[in-house]
Amino acid sequence: MSAVLQSTTPTAEPVANYRLSLRRFTRNKLAVAGLVVVVVFLLFCFVGPLLYSTDQTHTDLHQVNLGPSGAHWLGTDAVGHDEVGRLMFGGQVSLLVGLAAGVLATVIGTLWGATAGYVGGWADAVMMRVVDAGIAIPALFILLVVSAITTPDTLGLILVLGLVSWLVPSRLVRAETLTLKSRDYVLTLRATGGTHGRAIARHILPNSVSTIVVAATFQVADAILLVAYVSYLGLGVQPPKTDWGGMLSAGLTAAYSGRWWLIVPPGLAIILVVCAFNAIGDGLRDAFDVRGRG
Amino acid sequence: MSGAEKDAEAEAAAEVGTAAETAAERVLEVEGLGVTFGTDTGDVPAVCDIALHVQPGETLALVGESGSGKSTVALAALGLLPGNARVSGRITVGGTQVVGTGEAELARLRGRTASMVFQEPATALDPLTRVGAQIAEVIRNHRPLSRAEAAREAVELLRRVGIPEPERRASAFPFQLSGGQRQRVVIAMAIANSPDLLIADEPTTALDVTVQAEILDLLRGLAADYGTGVLLVTHNMGVVADFADRVAVMLRGEIVETGPVEQVLLRPSHEYTQRLLAAVPRLALSGEDAPEREGASVVELRDVSVRFGRGPSAVQALDGVTLDVRPGETVGLVGESGSGKSTAARVALGLIPPDAGTVSLFGTDLGRTRGRRRRALLSGVGVVFQDPVASLDARMSVAECVAEPLRMHRRGMSSADRRARVAEVLELVRLPKELAARGPRELSGGQRQRVSLARSLVLEPRLLVADEPTSALDVSVQRTVLEVIAELQRELGFACLFVSHDLAVVQEFAQRVVVMRAGRVEEQGPTMSTLLRPRSDYTRRLIAAVPVPDPVVQRRRRAQERTEATA
Repeated sequence: MSAVLQSTTPTAEPVANYRLSLRRFTRNKLAVAGLVVVVVFLLFCFVGPLLYSTDQTHTDLHQVNLGPSGAHWLGTDAVGHDEVGRLMFGGQVSLLVGLAAGVLATVIGTLWGATAGYVGGWADAVMMRVVDAGIAIPALFILLVVSAITTPDTLGLILVLGLVSWLVPSRLVRAETLTLKSRDYVLTLRATGGTHGRAIARHILPNSVSTIVVAATFQVADAILLVAYVSYLGLGVQPPKTDWGGMLSAGLTAAYSGRWWLIVPPGLAIILVVCAFNAIGDGLRDAFDVRGRG
Repeated sequence: MSGAEKDAEAEAAAEVGTAAETAAERVLEVEGLGVTFGTDTGDVPAVCDIALHVQPGETLALVGESGSGKSTVALAALGLLPGNARVSGRITVGGTQVVGTGEAELARLRGRTASMVFQEPATALDPLTRVGAQIAEVIRNHRPLSRAEAAREAVELLRRVGIPEPERRASAFPFQLSGGQRQRVVIAMAIANSPDLLIADEPTTALDVTVQAEILDLLRGLAADYGTGVLLVTHNMGVVADFADRVAVMLRGEIVETGPVEQVLLRPSHEYTQRLLAAVPRLALSGEDAPEREGASVVELRDVSVRFGRGPSAVQALDGVTLDVRPGETVGLVGESGSGKSTAARVALGLIPPDAGTVSLFGTDLGRTRGRRRRALLSGVGVVFQDPVASLDARMSVAECVAEPLRMHRRGMSSADRRARVAEVLELVRLPKELAARGPRELSGGQRQRVSLARSLVLEPRLLVADEPTSALDVSVQRTVLEVIAELQRELGFACLFVSHDLAVVQEFAQRVVVMRAGRVEEQGPTMSTLLRPRSDYTRRLIAAVPVPDPVVQRRRRAQERTEATA
């Protein structure tokens, strides 16, 4: 088959790389939809409050449990917070924690995996056994224990989530590093007196960027879901702050009395955003996949 | 049957082939074939207006360089092109029209009427299935035999393709066989249902020369014994001379010349065929040794041993290897795959620390030098590796790739000076300035190798280590790259450790040669006397196995080998 690929690959490729990648990404309709969903939610949560301002800190006992109306589009909850405003307010925490924790996990995983892969030998063996051991313990379990002990704030949640979910990206980056470090251009660099730092900074990390970015996208989706779990169990950010998982938890009792507006919107928001990040990850994988373009 | 009789018969068959061009019975007939691939960047026409045919018992060689479309024709013949291919024209295999025929009917055709042998035996076999079972599966796909009968027949096939102890080998997994044996298994699968047509796409390219000769022998015997028509796709003119009755030469998707093998190889009429043949490196039959070089060794390996792995599965990659390169000379390091020649080069580069023995680079013990001093020492070395794709970081421009050693070792250099130096070296390797801003992806294989060379020369090294620098290139490109290296060596005076499996190339470019086998130095000495009057049996066999692009010479050599083998 390689001969076929050779014969179909023109020697000069006039289209710039990033544009070809962009075209591959936009051809994946689901990924584009995912990107739109994420952007819409980001605007909704972070710009929305400027246009639709509500009081999310004080309870208003005159306005509890109202149904959707002109004044409150999605009604109010049991302590009188406007539900649309609540969705924005909670979304800020969910998205912020999800994004930050996803990025943190990817950064830790990248450093760990790249070091293990590049150094190799016993260091690699020890570092990867640590990862294996970590993966054997469910992240959710660690998360719940830590949350129960410390009742974390937003920053705490980010740290805890980041520290429990870097294992998978570290494996991916290690695998990538292993293949890259035996590439001829890395060998050439080492054989002609290049430093290890240069090999990592100039060749290995830049060439792993696609793997890292794709991994990061999935990490963000996972982190958003994890925050929702933890908050649903009442161990996440504490009132008056909230997030989408916390809103679900608070609205649970209301579901039996038909107040769907306390359950459906946050639930939908979680599902949409998580699916959207996964779709973006898929699209990025298509866009970055350079193997077929040798 | 004696060799001479067989040759006479083959010649007779070739004559009949040309005389009876109009014979109705053709196992493969292609007419007006055109293939276009739809890709991300637009349609790419691969081949156009191809016409060829293969008769029973005849071998047609389809030759051409990479990108000429020869493999596309081979795949099209069995309807195996990928989904983005659009095919026009007519292809008939054993009376069945292939173009536009449904998968179900093609599946009945493949493996029964016609079958295929691919280049890479390692990927053509399922690694998790025993080879006997894989052959039996091909048999049972097409014939209503019981499991036991198919298994018996598989053993018989293994015997026929020359696998020793076929009963035992049938239950081996592919990884337990050597490359040559694996290719024999692939051939056994291909002939399992006695097809009328065998399509072999570079069947020996991944194999060592001595193994290559055996596989060609096998294919030739099968074609003669069973009247199978063979379409042989190859870039190797030596293989063509060895094996083909007729030849079709492809250039940029078209057949430019076709005819009997003697005519095309000895009296080519098309200018491209002439150029192609002229570029094939040939072993010279006479010559003088170059005068011995004076001066301290640039690099010296003394009693170097390297083991990979630990325990019983460890491999002794190098075993007491001693060699050196003196200033200004080229030393050719030759041997088959697994002989340790690349490992030796990597030890010389300091990439693999030896388990025993010493490496001295420019008179300094490399094993005892660390840090800044080691890096300074290594800055006097240039490296060119085999794979033109993996040698350059695809994310960097050509100029950045070439400038990298300057950034590493000439920290104080201004960016204007650096640009000037890069332009200078690119000119040295005869690359146009415009390429500097391009990415490696946009270059051809030969251009990429010249970028590698430019990068290796940018610091004016005293030693160039070239590990199969042209093995992945087409012959015509190989010649220009080798000439650039030789010319620059005369100009700049660097020493060169030249690793190659190609004895003809080494003979032409090296003043001394080191022959390696199984991690040891088999013999070494001045190039001409070593290759013309080899002392070791192994070197003699290596030389004998090099295919020569001349059917007459090749036939004579083959007859000679056979008499030697029987004697």
